[in-house]
Amino acid sequence: MSQAERSSIDYRPFARALPPGRARVVPWATVMAGSLVTIIPIVASLPLLPPMGLVMLLTWRLLARFSLRPWAGAPLGLFDDLLSGQPLGTSMLLWSLVMIGIDLVEQRLVFRDFWQDWLIFAAATVFCVMGARIVALPLGAHVDGMLLAQIAMTIMLFPLAARLVAWIDRKRGTER
Amino acid sequence: MPTRDRRTGFSRRRQYGAFLGYVLAVAGAVVGAVLLVISTSRPGTFAPARMTVATLTGPVSSGLDAVTRWIGAIPTAIGSWINVHGENATLRAEVTRSRTALMNARTIADDNRRLRRLLAVRDRSDDMVVAARLVSSTPSSGRRFALLNVGTVQGVHSGMPVRGPDGLVGRVTEVGPITARVLLLTDPESVVPVRRLGDGMPAIAAGRGDGRIDIRSAERTNVRFNMRDDFVTSGTGGLYPPGIPVARVGKAGIDQAIAIPFAAPDALDFAIVLNPFMPLPPPPPSLPSAP
Repeated sequence: MSQAERSSIDYRPFARALPPGRARVVPWATVMAGSLVTIIPIVASLPLLPPMGLVMLLTWRLLARFSLRPWAGAPLGLFDDLLSGQPLGTSMLLWSLVMIGIDLVEQRLVFRDFWQDWLIFAAATVFCVMGARIVALPLGAHVDGMLLAQIAMTIMLFPLAARLVAWIDRKRGTER
Repeated sequence: MPTRDRRTGFSRRRQYGAFLGYVLAVAGAVVGAVLLVISTSRPGTFAPARMTVATLTGPVSSGLDAVTRWIGAIPTAIGSWINVHGENATLRAEVTRSRTALMNARTIADDNRRLRRLLAVRDRSDDMVVAARLVSSTPSSGRRFALLNVGTVQGVHSGMPVRGPDGLVGRVTEVGPITARVLLLTDPESVVPVRRLGDGMPAIAAGRGDGRIDIRSAERTNVRFNMRDDFVTSGTGGLYPPGIPVARVGKAGIDQAIAIPFAAPDALDFAIVLNPFMPLPPPPPSLPSAP
């Protein structure tokens, strides 16, 4: 089936579902790859790298609703915790809560487009970064300015991440 | 693109599947909360799991580190190749060549000085365990850890201090077979006993989390810290050997001042793992339980 033929009709009720193996694995793999960004050989003095695993998780969840199971936050968060330097369980808890929270918000939204997605993404980022700060650091630590910068950078990353995820998602759907 | 397709239809199997998904999501959050409580109350509990992952990622980081260093060396290599094999002998080329040569000479002189300093360091401290590189860190978290590419195989153990040619870097907190995690000086939970160079006034260097260090007076109150006061480890507590440079005060203050560490971990060529100044005491015998 060619690309043009495929895109001419959007609604194809009898089309075969996504290929089960790779199509299920790809979103998980990209989120884990995002968590693995922390192994780049940089010894940072400041926490300025956006949490890429979280970015990928949220983007997949917002753009392709059924690509990740509702419980995917816990195992993916556990993997992120093993790499991020946070106390084990931080991302596991926060990412699970975010996945549940997005489901709750989604049920109440009348309509949704890119801007609403971005807003949800921003709220989830603030929740996760600030939650991780409260859990991992003493209250007197002087990191809040840095974390605000990190949050701003992460939120600005959403359009780029959306492009990337949409591209992967398209590839994932067409290849059989 | 609202996805409103959350109806499960009449299929019992799909209904139960969707319900189970949410149950598992909540269960995941609960397990996460439990793990979080355990790992904050007993920080070392999950060190083996973390170090297993670090054992896998450490070599990758080391390789990437080597590649970046190698790529960083390419411009110099190309420059020298052109200088050797270049055909144009005009004055401009001559000037360029001599300028490059001068730069090279400066680089070599710098290298020489740095290596000499490193040698001096090795000469002074005979209780060195191994020299290694810091290959990665935690750039997205507020905690400041770094990964060292040596581990128990090379004789590194938990609690060993780590220093660079310029000053103290931190201490080893978790070890794997070929990797070790270092708690950097700038971590908000790092505390190092120091004394002022000159009068030996004792103080405490605590990390702030933003790349700088808080110096607090330890014994007296109403102590004035001046700009450019230097602090070195005092040896109190028996972990850090005395006399390692730690930080220089960047902003004067009374009883508390902000200081900048001497060793910049991101610009470090080598990190040296030292033996603890005094061996750690054996763990206290567990009390017999009350009848």
